[in-house]
Amino acid sequence: MSTIAEHTVGHVHRDDIGSRLGMWLFLFTELVLFGGMFLVYAVYRFTYQHEFHVAAKELNTSVGALNTIILLTSSLTIVLSIIAIRKNNKFLSVFFQISTMVLAFGFLVNKYFEWNIKIHHGIFPGSETLLGKGNGEIIFFGLYYVMTGLHALHVIIGVLLIEVMAGYTIKGRINSTNYVRLEAAGLYWHLVDIIWIFLFPLFYLIT
Amino acid sequence: MNGEHLESTVEHKPTYGIYILVWLVLMMLTGVTVAVAGINFGNITVATALTIAIIKSYLVLTFFMHLKTETATFKIFVGVALLFLLISIALLFSDYSFL
Amino acid sequence: MHNNGHAVSYLDYKGKHSGIFAWILSTDHKRIGLLYLMASLLFFAVGVTFGFLMRLELIAPGRTIMDAQTYNSLFTLHGIIMIFLFVIPGLPAVFGNFFLPILIGAKDVAFPRLNLLSWWLYILGALLAVISVFLPGGPADTGWTFYIPYSIRTTTNVMPALIAAFILGFSSILTGLNFIVTIHRMRAPGMSFFRMPLFVWSLYATAWVQILATPIIGITLLLVTIERLFGVGLFDPALGGDPVLYQHLFWIYSHPAVYIMILPAMGVISEIIPVFSHRTIFGYKFIAFSSLAIALFGSMVWAHHMFTVGMSETAQIIFSLLTFLVAIPSAIKVFNWVATLYKGSISTDAPLLYALGFIFLFSIGGFTGLIQGALSVNMHIHDTSFIVAHFHYVMFGGTGFGIFAAMHYWFPKMFGKMYNMKTAKVGFWVLFVGFNTLYFPMFVMGWLGMPRRYYDYLPEFHIYHLISTIGSWILITGLIIMFTNFIKALRSKTTYTAINPWGGETLEWTIPNKPPLENFEVIPTITAGPYEFKDNDEFLMKENN
Repeated sequence: MSTIAEHTVGHVHRDDIGSRLGMWLFLFTELVLFGGMFLVYAVYRFTYQHEFHVAAKELNTSVGALNTIILLTSSLTIVLSIIAIRKNNKFLSVFFQISTMVLAFGFLVNKYFEWNIKIHHGIFPGSETLLGKGNGEIIFFGLYYVMTGLHALHVIIGVLLIEVMAGYTIKGRINSTNYVRLEAAGLYWHLVDIIWIFLFPLFYLIT
Repeated sequence: MNGEHLESTVEHKPTYGIYILVWLVLMMLTGVTVAVAGINFGNITVATALTIAIIKSYLVLTFFMHLKTETATFKIFVGVALLFLLISIALLFSDYSFL
Repeated sequence: MHNNGHAVSYLDYKGKHSGIFAWILSTDHKRIGLLYLMASLLFFAVGVTFGFLMRLELIAPGRTIMDAQTYNSLFTLHGIIMIFLFVIPGLPAVFGNFFLPILIGAKDVAFPRLNLLSWWLYILGALLAVISVFLPGGPADTGWTFYIPYSIRTTTNVMPALIAAFILGFSSILTGLNFIVTIHRMRAPGMSFFRMPLFVWSLYATAWVQILATPIIGITLLLVTIERLFGVGLFDPALGGDPVLYQHLFWIYSHPAVYIMILPAMGVISEIIPVFSHRTIFGYKFIAFSSLAIALFGSMVWAHHMFTVGMSETAQIIFSLLTFLVAIPSAIKVFNWVATLYKGSISTDAPLLYALGFIFLFSIGGFTGLIQGALSVNMHIHDTSFIVAHFHYVMFGGTGFGIFAAMHYWFPKMFGKMYNMKTAKVGFWVLFVGFNTLYFPMFVMGWLGMPRRYYDYLPEFHIYHLISTIGSWILITGLIIMFTNFIKALRSKTTYTAINPWGGETLEWTIPNKPPLENFEVIPTITAGPYEFKDNDEFLMKENN
């Protein structure tokens, strides 16, 4: 079945396309993970259309919109950091990576205050105020906390990831000829962004 | 060697401009979706918001995530993953949208 | 690299670690495969013990050796251990890891360190599952399905079991991811997709299901955890939630999961049948594509587990129809295997016996699956021991026998030793007889109305339970014969040097037994398909003329 070909093995196996392919496959698992949540959302929104409208009025659209702008901008900065390192501009690349982290931090602070205000108003799972409302509204806020919470967890993971990448870039392990790690972290970050692109209208814009 | 090993990503000269342009469009779409949400379209309000979200995701996937310059394998993979989600939601609603 | 290093087998290779660390920190795909093999066989033994005890309880009506609560925990643990710790990793993680790179002419998988990580996650998940048994509160008693609302209300240790299943799912995802990238990127020159052995095709289809379906169970189990911790209400009817939605989400993963379990076994059978009938496989492309078709259709039939929960009639009809459709690609495989055997020069060695056992038992399991897929019949036999019999015929008679077939087929290659063929055949027949004695009566009593998961029963079912319990003893005897035969072979001093004992045509039979660390001294160039048994085909042609 096989003949022996002249072939010598010299260097350690490196395959950037393979690495990116692996990262994309991992992103699919994240996508489906959130996809499961979106299935739950779809079913309950179908069941409790009116209650979802009422409940969504409690959410602050401008806070949501601000966070959308922050995340989209951070997506831009991370992609620019890849361009910068490809152009061999290490300083600019690190600058863009740090900008991404700062923006992500801003997103989280925003989220923190948003949750805090809700909790002060007595709206959190199991609270008397919430249990006093209709079933549909309980579910809406249940979904709100679980989905935005899970998303925020991914933002935190993303920040940690980019922090490591910034370290690699400074040390030169990520450079203009080997930047696939940074690309992978970027892909992850964009996915977090895409999830938010859907979360935003589904929670904040249905009043 | 089979074809797949030979094909490599088309390496364009990296430029900043296109990404800033895409970002501007994304900002604009965010503005549109917020503005439109204030108007009551009735049943199609959600459809409008989701359509805009899909356009935004498409832009992020194509440009920020470089799907545009990746090989066909990547594009097919994304299609398979989306197909799975689509099948799941369609079949799930075969239960919920009927009595 | 190091020219003298090539000859050293993967078992004797000295890396930078020594002792047990040379194994548990090794990134070599063959060592990781063996690590999985040892761990999963250990859990198989535990699972078998639990099954044995359950059968013993059922030998007579009423309380025999345990109370109802213990029985509930036993069937829960039996299910979790067998499914998550033995059947799911049994073929992809053990034999997939060991042979996938060799079969496509690669030195290792695409991400060796990720591969090791997924083994560690597997061990972590397994430990959590074990710990959940001993923590105060007692082992989980929900069944492996964790159905809501009971799984939210019970005071047993459901949480550790849920988290264990979540981690095991993650391990399974990483294995699938690794395999897809390996198959796409690391095939040897000339190894086109249609020159890949069929086991590789089946692993490829399996990997996709692992990647796309597993996250759904991840999020679902996470939601149950959140529900138990915070009472969010997403599945709680008192707060507006829908418990049936939980069942939907659970089965969106768990039905495709049975294809994760059976597909690689079908791949193994597709390897063994042509080799032992010395014939080119019949319908290579059909078998290859039917794996993908099974993966696709398998993702669209989940709600046939839920025909009695009050779904819409439309959904019931759609899912029943789709269930019948998924039988088609499975049947295509069976027909092609039988057609391959036809007019072959068959050697009935142990691997083939197990493969034939697979076809026989899987066919019974498959056909009874169709019976259950029919709506009206399903109402009658839902949640009876008919279902239990069906999935043991598929999962044990199918995947289990597939794993045993793979063990007998690749044993000399993996260890450089040969087991006693006569004992292996005896072991097969005892196992086969025991299997049918154990599970066939369950079809009968299920049809007559014996519910599943009960530790007690009415006197009229006694005779079936008695036969079934005796069957479990025969089955265990068969297992003991098989494993002592393997252990004896491993301990024997004679090395087995024939590198191609069965006359296989795939790449693993071209390299030494106990393959060297990097598998191939030089990466082979592939010039033909995997099952070109030219001699035999020419012989047949002459004979026909």
